[in-house]
Formats: sequence, structure tokens, C-alpha cells
Amino acid sequence: MEPRDENKEGIGGMVNPRRYGVERVAYLLMRLSGLGLLAYFIGHIYETSSILKGEVGWAEFLELTQTNEGHAVLAIVIGMCVFHTVNGIRVMLGHGGVGVGKPARPDYPYIPASQNSRHKMGIYSAIVLAAIAMLYGLAVMYGE
Amino acid sequence: MAQVSSVAEGKTSKSITLRIARFNPEHDHEKKFMEFNLQYERWTTVLEAILDVKKHFDHSVAVRYSCRQATCGSCGMIINGKPRLACFTKISELDSDVVTVEPMNNFPIIRDLAVRFERLFDTHHKVKPYLIRDDSEITSNEKEFLQSPEELENYIQFANCIKCGLCNSACPTMATDSSFIGPQALAQAYRYVADSRDKGKDSRLKIIDDSHGIWRCHFAGSCSQVCPKGVDPAMGIQFLRGYLLGFRS
Amino acid sequence: MVNKMRESIIMKIHYGTALAAVALVAVHILMRLTQGFAESLEYANVIANYQFLPYAGMLEIILILLSIHGFNGLRVILLELKQGRAYEKAVSYGCVAAMIGLIAYGSRTIFMVNMGMV
Repeated sequence: MEPRDENKEGIGGMVNPRRYGVERVAYLLMRLSGLGLLAYFIGHIYETSSILKGEVGWAEFLELTQTNEGHAVLAIVIGMCVFHTVNGIRVMLGHGGVGVGKPARPDYPYIPASQNSRHKMGIYSAIVLAAIAMLYGLAVMYGE
Repeated sequence: MAQVSSVAEGKTSKSITLRIARFNPEHDHEKKFMEFNLQYERWTTVLEAILDVKKHFDHSVAVRYSCRQATCGSCGMIINGKPRLACFTKISELDSDVVTVEPMNNFPIIRDLAVRFERLFDTHHKVKPYLIRDDSEITSNEKEFLQSPEELENYIQFANCIKCGLCNSACPTMATDSSFIGPQALAQAYRYVADSRDKGKDSRLKIIDDSHGIWRCHFAGSCSQVCPKGVDPAMGIQFLRGYLLGFRS
Repeated sequence: MVNKMRESIIMKIHYGTALAAVALVAVHILMRLTQGFAESLEYANVIANYQFLPYAGMLEIILILLSIHGFNGLRVILLELKQGRAYEKAVSYGCVAAMIGLIAYGSRTIFMVNMGMV
């Protein structure tokens, strides 16, 4: 069967965060932050290798990072790192069955126990902590 | 645009525009929408509106339905962007003057609103949705396999699945992964693994421990949000994963 | 090998590397902050950090943990985007190759600076 015939929603459907609440937003942010952090990690390994070029090479690399753009990128990386960590711990606990509720006979209107306030609080906490960490990071970078 | 007022007539009725996706994979390249103006009452369901269109305007609109009471799981479709059962969705609760109905995502389209369920049934069968044991109730000395009410509560929620496919339609992994086993099958795997009478846990865990198995669920929970029977597949899947991670035995 | 490994083993490694990396990256960042961010990035201080064996060892462990976690995460995303035997094999082996390449490249920096070859 041709993929088109499967009527799959595709990447557009996968990344659409609007229809299924904050859990789907967290799913999207987790993916984006993961890809962003991997890209930064590869860049970080490459850029720190400039120390092998001696003091001049290291100074050239540092100059690149100590610009407004460099600080903005680093602030975003800090935000991604904190969100990915906090939300990752939430997801890992969920994957082990922690905090997802207990099976019970469902009653109308069938509010799913797994989509509970504890996990929602976990997601909001990850977003707030990421924002605080970004602000703190910017304060450190511009404060010195 | 066609008009009909036969769904319900009287002073309390309101009108909506019903947009129905039309698509025949044999000769169409993309979906087209037909619009109908309809009168509806507070209790009118989307399925009743579609059937009214069939009765008065265009009998060729393809839709699958049977029980009209959210029991058979036949009339799943995308209603205003989300997977829902047409018979279980009242127009009044959609809070919109325009109701758009489309075939469920991630299922091949037969025509218009009717989709193929072969893959859902295949993955459902794959997880062995039956009790696995060496003896049977017929040959056993005891008359039946005993189970306490507490043991029943562990899985009865997941036995409510009507195989409507809404969970598979909402799942973000199913949106791109044609090989993913899907939330419906995973929830049913848990239903039997959690059943105290069943002895097939190991064989089921082996089936779902695959590169397109349970690990491709990322706990986005969209499946649970759209389930019309309160099955909460996301909960079952996380409990099932707990066995593979060693948190449960 | 990566194609034959059970997915549960791979994902346990994924979770384990994540948890270990969180702890070690926290130490790595705290080292920058306790020394003063700008000061800690001065050439002499960075060289001193690399030449302090426990710290260099920690950097090597972080490199390995994050490479495994990151490229397995990428593998998962790519496997979900497209399917097919050849594609999936290419993704799995490609991610392992990239992982090994990045670890080798990063280790080269750590070892050379640690052994004073700059």
C-alpha cells in the first residue's frame, strides 16, 4: 500500500500542539528541545576543540560566544536543557506507572486519570523553571 | 449549498452548516467538502445530521454506523478537528456554527467518512486478546477460573474498549509511524496482562518490546483524551511499560 | 548488534544515561558558576580543568552519556518519521556511527589537553 493511501496525519499532525491540551505541547517541546540540545552538544564538542589551537584559537572561539547572539543562543540552550530535564523526569516517572492514577470503572464524562493535575503541574513547572533558568543565565552572562 | 429542516422542526431549533469531506480513492486526488445548512435541536447528534443529509440531499455520502449509542464503535470520524464518535457527539456541545466532518486520520479511506479497520484489527490480534493458559474452564476440575472483585478492578476499565479507533487516530506516533502497534492494541495487551486468570504476560511483553512497539509511546495522552468509553489507554500503556522496566512483576 | 538488541534494553540505557548525565552536567555547570562564569572560561583555567584528572574523567563520561542518549533520541525520532527495512537499518547504524564519531572527536580534545599536548 502506498503511504498516501494510509491517510496518515503526517508530521503536521504530529507537531500540532493545539488540539489535545498541555500534554501535547510538552510532547512537542520535548522533541524540539531534544533535537536542539543534540545540535548544541555537537557544536559544543566542536567549539571546545579550539583549545587545541592554543590561547589564540581559544580566544577567537570565546569572542564568538560573547556576543548578544551568542548569549541569546546560550540562554535558549539553558531553557531547553532545564525543560528537557524536568519534563524528562516527569515522563520517566509516568513511563514507570508513577502518578498515572489507578484503574477504576469509568464514569461519564470520562476524564482520563492519567491526564491528571500532578502531571500537568509537572509540565507547567518544567516551563516555569526553564524560564527562570534562562533569566538567571542571562543575568550571569551579562553580569560579568 | 443545500438546506434541510427535517432533523427537527420547531421554535427551539437552530441552524448549522455541516461540511462533509468527500473522497473516493479510486478517482479523487484530494478531499473536497460539501456544505449543507441544517436545523438541529439541543439533542441532535452529528450522526443524525449526516443521516439527514443522506436522506434528503445526497444518499451517496459514505458513512459507517450501527448502534447509534456509542457501543459498536463504527462511526468514529474527525469532527471539528478531533476524533469523536458521531453518534456520541451532540452538535450543541461543539459550540460552533460550522461542523466539519472528515474521515479518521491514520486509517486508509474507503470512501468519504468510512475508513478501513484491517490494521487496527491486525494489531489487536497481534497482542493475543484472549486468556492464555494451559488448562481451560471446560476441562478443568473447577467449574470456572476464580477471580476476586479486587482483581477484576485491575483490568475492567480496559475491557470497555469498543475498537472504534479514535485513540489510534489521535496518537502523534501513529501520525507518521505506519508500523507502530498503536494505543488500542497496547491498552488491550495490558487488559489481559492485568487479568489474574491470564498466564500469557511474557509472550505479550515480547511482542510489544519491539522497535515499533510500546517504546514508541511518549505519554502524550491524546489517546486517553479522545476515548469515548473512558478506557484511558495512556494509563494502561504506562503500567504495561512498568513490567518491562522492572517496576511491576 | 543495535538491530538485534531488544528495545527495552536500549530504552533502559536511554533512561540510565539521562539520569547520570543530569547529575554530571549539573556538576559541570556548577564548576563554571563557582569559579565565576567569565573567569572559568579563561584559557589558563580551562587548561587547568582539563589537566585535573577527575574533572577530565567526568567530561569523558558526560561525553559518552550524552552521545548515547542524544543519538538514541535522534534514532527514535527518525524511526517514527519513516519506515522500511533499509531505512531503519541505515538510521540505526548511522546513529551508532555518529555516536562513535562524536565520542572519538571529543575524547581526542580531552586526552590531548589532559596530557599537555597543546
